[in-house]
Amino acid sequence: MLKKPHYIAVGVVVLLALVLLNLPPKASTRLKLAIGSIFLPLFGLAGGAQQATSATADAITPRGELLRQNETFRRENQQLKILLMQAQENAKADARLREQFGRLKAAQWKLKLAHVLSRDPANWWRSVSIDLGSRDGIRADLPVLTADGLVGKVTSVSFDRSQVILLGDPNCRVSALIENQTRDQGIVGVAGAPFDGSLVQMEYLARSAANNIKPGQRVVSSGEGGVFPKGIPIGTIADTRPAESGMFLQAQVKLSANLSGLEEVWVLFP
Amino acid sequence: MGVVSMNILPSILILLVTLLTVFAQAALPGFRPWFGAQVDLLPALMIYTALASNLALVTGVAVIGSLAFDALSANDLGVTLLPLFAVGLIIYSRRDLILREQVFAQFVLGGLASLLVPTGTLLLMLSAGQKPLLGWGTLWQFVVMTLGGAVATPLLFGLFSFLNQFLGYKPVTQSSFRPDREIRRGRN
Repeated sequence: MLKKPHYIAVGVVVLLALVLLNLPPKASTRLKLAIGSIFLPLFGLAGGAQQATSATADAITPRGELLRQNETFRRENQQLKILLMQAQENAKADARLREQFGRLKAAQWKLKLAHVLSRDPANWWRSVSIDLGSRDGIRADLPVLTADGLVGKVTSVSFDRSQVILLGDPNCRVSALIENQTRDQGIVGVAGAPFDGSLVQMEYLARSAANNIKPGQRVVSSGEGGVFPKGIPIGTIADTRPAESGMFLQAQVKLSANLSGLEEVWVLFP
Repeated sequence: MGVVSMNILPSILILLVTLLTVFAQAALPGFRPWFGAQVDLLPALMIYTALASNLALVTGVAVIGSLAFDALSANDLGVTLLPLFAVGLIIYSRRDLILREQVFAQFVLGGLASLLVPTGTLLLMLSAGQKPLLGWGTLWQFVVMTLGGAVATPLLFGLFSFLNQFLGYKPVTQSSFRPDREIRRGRN
């Protein structure tokens, strides 16, 4: 049935697959990023086209609408300035108290804006690639967020591109706490619902916390684990149920950030 | 030499479409916002290649397509290669028995390939100790991928037929005029 050229082709492909699958993780990541960079001009073109489209849309937006938006942003800006003044004052007080009690000063977050280039074409991973790389100071395990909340963390970095693994992916777990009276802690892990990408599971909650956890309570990063700083919003509790093992409680968390519509994200340098 | 130069254009077209397909799957939302799953067009492309081209190109599409796909994904590099090539090789070795011009045959083969390639990829990943995101939703994603691939295959055949006609050599039309049968008129 199979002829000599068939055997040669099978041999070549099997050999190549074996070599690729057995590459050391570092070499494999580098090779992946190198192959992925072939597409960078295309991503650039796609980004340019998107910008042109949005510029065209801006150009045809009525002046009245722009003025209304401008007024809204001006008010929001004023509110944020006032809140910033308060936050700065609180930060000063916090620094003074830390100094008095001999504790380390809290480092100020530094943020870098990144554009999302692509999404994972495979349906069984949740990841995106962004246009910042090692030349911008990006390194693995840096948290990534939007103004709404936590998005994920950087996993691999090339010179001008990085891969970000999103919340809900099995490889992105975050130590989190619920902002209730008992500050219950758990791990935010895999996606929570088959057809709703905005839900993730929070696992390993103590069974005794069942009465304290209510829908709508905020979930934030706990700062444990060393990757995500404390206090980044993750989402809100949707519901709770006992875990299959019966030892713990499980909660569904509605994510604050819209992971399916990511266009721009912030990489956080803690 | 002439044959090679005539055949190289469809081959380049297929490889180019392979790369563009992977890029489009990563850069464009596609059916994801509506159906919650992205349709993988590589298996459909492999069906076209296996039915319309040679073994070297089947191997080329498998290697280039899978490497590009894995590079833009969180998959292990090379994990898509074997399933994609296996589907291509099976179809290629049996293509004399397949009614490749029939839309229904293209539809069925596209659907089967779109089911088998992700299944093989997932099995390879699970056997390598990877933990992809699997659950009840995965079944729905497979339905979307299978149907999407099935519908895309006849469309790809149509696209390549158009491209080959548009960019390739026009077939020489046989004229009924024969110069040796021409009746010459005139004075002797």
